[in-house]
Amino acid sequence: MDLNLIWFVLLGILLAGYAILDGFDLGVGILHPLARSDEERRLVMGSIGPIWDGNEVWLVTFGGALFAAFPEAYATIFSAFYTPFMLLLFCLIFRGVSLEFRSKVSSAQWRNLWDYAFFGSSLIASFLFGVTTANGLLGIPLNERGEFIGGIHDLLRPYPILIGLLTVAMFALHGGLYLHLKTEGGTQRLFYRWIWHAWGLYLVLWNLATMYTLAEIPRATANFNHAPWAMGIVLINVLAMANIPRCIYYKSIGQAFISSSLGIACQVALVGIALFPNLVTASNDPANSLTIYNAASSQKTLTIMLIIAAIGMPAVISYTTVVYWTFRGKVTEDIYGH
Amino acid sequence: MLLTENLLFAEWLDVVMLSRIQFALTIMFHYLFPPLTIGMGVVLVYLEAQYLRTREAIYEEAARFWTKIFAVNFAIGVATGIVMEFEFGTNWATYSRFVGDVFGSALAAEGIFAFFLESGFLAVLVFGWDKVSPGFHFFAALMVSLGSIFSSIWITVANSWQQTPAGHHIVPIMRDGQPWVINGEVIRRAEITDFWAMVFNPSTVHRLIHVWLGCFILGAAFVMSISAWYLLKNKHRDFAERSFTGGLWLATISSLAMLVSGHFQAHNVYETQPAKLAAFEAHFKTGPADMSIIGWPDSESETINGNLAIPGGLSMLLFNDPDATVIGLDQFREEDRPPVAIPFFSYHIMIAIGMFFIAITLLATFLRFRNTLFSHRWLMWTFVFAVIPAFIANEAGWVAAEVGRQPWIVYPPFEQTESGERLINDAGQFVYDEEGGLRTTKAVSQAITAEQVVGSIIMFTAIYMLLFVIWVYVLHQKIQKGPESVSQEVTTDKPGAIGAATARVEHRESLTDAKEQH
Repeated sequence: MDLNLIWFVLLGILLAGYAILDGFDLGVGILHPLARSDEERRLVMGSIGPIWDGNEVWLVTFGGALFAAFPEAYATIFSAFYTPFMLLLFCLIFRGVSLEFRSKVSSAQWRNLWDYAFFGSSLIASFLFGVTTANGLLGIPLNERGEFIGGIHDLLRPYPILIGLLTVAMFALHGGLYLHLKTEGGTQRLFYRWIWHAWGLYLVLWNLATMYTLAEIPRATANFNHAPWAMGIVLINVLAMANIPRCIYYKSIGQAFISSSLGIACQVALVGIALFPNLVTASNDPANSLTIYNAASSQKTLTIMLIIAAIGMPAVISYTTVVYWTFRGKVTEDIYGH
Repeated sequence: MLLTENLLFAEWLDVVMLSRIQFALTIMFHYLFPPLTIGMGVVLVYLEAQYLRTREAIYEEAARFWTKIFAVNFAIGVATGIVMEFEFGTNWATYSRFVGDVFGSALAAEGIFAFFLESGFLAVLVFGWDKVSPGFHFFAALMVSLGSIFSSIWITVANSWQQTPAGHHIVPIMRDGQPWVINGEVIRRAEITDFWAMVFNPSTVHRLIHVWLGCFILGAAFVMSISAWYLLKNKHRDFAERSFTGGLWLATISSLAMLVSGHFQAHNVYETQPAKLAAFEAHFKTGPADMSIIGWPDSESETINGNLAIPGGLSMLLFNDPDATVIGLDQFREEDRPPVAIPFFSYHIMIAIGMFFIAITLLATFLRFRNTLFSHRWLMWTFVFAVIPAFIANEAGWVAAEVGRQPWIVYPPFEQTESGERLINDAGQFVYDEEGGLRTTKAVSQAITAEQVVGSIIMFTAIYMLLFVIWVYVLHQKIQKGPESVSQEVTTDKPGAIGAATARVEHRESLTDAKEQH
């Protein structure tokens, strides 16, 4: 395993970590309008209050690590996806602000405004993550220098839109499971119903997406020939998926949440396997593709970063655990209210 | 497209200029918050340490109050900070390709060492008052403060490398074992050779100290501003006097240290980037240099209008000799000169504000020792508003540093003679090693259009104006509400069923929300 491959895998881990952790935050945002009263909406937001910020750091670190390890890919992706990424930024800003400031003014309009902002930004951000990933699988037109030479119409194609919707459903399910874990009583029963709906939607879209991928994107499974063990990931993914309704039925939601997390991790891994060794696939000419070798920083930088990660990651994992442990348990009604 | 046609009247408004405007807008808005949280972090650690030591309720009250304010500032800092990480890629892709190998490891270190630390322990700091022991809470405050300081280290390292690159070499990117050539041009980038030389490049330490002192002064000024307001309104006196005194200590020491730091900083800039210092002082012609106090530089006529200056002041500062020769802008080729007006004004505004802070903090410290400080209402009013110039000085310093570096985004080395002297061409001017750096005009993304950038600028402007209004409004509310008495809280929390229920009320709606409903 060379350094380039190690960093490819580490980036995958960071992305999977982000998708699992901020995935339920985004899902909570998508389900937020279903809450029936102001109190319930406060509770929904409160369930991620102390942790959303830390979860978003996974994205920031993923971006920083991509920049550092594969600067050519970072530059190409971010400039190619200019408009979607600007939109994503506005969503992330609005989401943070609505979480922090919704409760600051006791006016119904004010709260309504931030409720919509929280929902809309979570929904659009989830959709855009899916669109970006799907475009990665399809490939985008690049010139000899590795610069994107298409327009926005090259990004909004049917497949990316389908994957965008799939991501929304996946996060809604994930967020619903999380909310079930963090709430009690009537609120919990409300989200129990919606978990089923989310799971149904997810199942339909997942099947559509899988068929589309197998039929139209041969490179998605091309690497399976060299890496038969990848079939194992597919198997785990399917088992995790199948385990979710079983657990929901038996109300062992903790296990369902773990299965859902595992499913997300498997899908990130499958995207990684499909892409390998490319980071950005040139749809017009394979020679222009950016791979983990031609887009990488020097071996020296990859080594330095590995040392930094080796020092930093154990610390990150230990205090992330401490924070989650501190805030374990149900989020309860704030009896003081406003 | 209609938009481009309308914009054509200003031909200079291309993707480069628009991206610069976008970056200036977003970074300047963002930079209102990090120095505030770095400075306030120090205050919080101090208050929590005092509480641990003395167990006096007043310190806990103060720490709780400032934590709430801190969290509001922090939230906006986080929300606006992620923008820059995107912009390096979205708007400055060519720059990212050039510097990624060097710049990236600093950025990755910032993510791993700083951001996780800050965001993780912030939750404990804000929500953990009743969940964790005072000792652990103090530890959380310390970690948040340390995280924000780590963050400032890595970002200053990265920026300083752009100013005074070191620990790297410029090499062709290799493809299949051969230098990568497109249309006859070899594609090059900076690659790291020595990590610690990159980290401790010639300007890092000076700039970092300068940045920290600026943060401490701003954090202290912010605390003093709110405390002075309470004192003027005769509210929360004990709390406000203690907070003000703590802030005053920090501000006085930092302001005086800033004088020393500024001096070294000027020397360092002159040694490494003489064109920048020449722009700061509008020193057009090489020779003895004055130090301008008030004036309006005119690049056309190469003079300063209405100039009030200390004759030989700059020569004195740099060489202890009023007649010493200082390199002027004429020793640089026209295309290598930075603009003069913006660096000149921002540099002078920064210094004027620094002097103002030395004056008011020394006066206040003197009066504090005579125990009459809080009865001087005019001085209290001055401190209420002094936080505004503190913000401006922090911004102005960065504007001076960044615009003064132009026309380069990565400052190139000088061409040298064999004996290691700076090479001087036939026109008597220095020559840069163009390939060793990167011009700002060549650093932008190739894949984007002016319309896209204009669209994003409009959106950022709208969102940031909204955020600013919300920020001021929320701060106003929290300040109106003031610190809450801890002892009172205990009595209302305890009795009966309510007490039992509140024992489980742990997380409120948001990071900034915690513990304010009492």
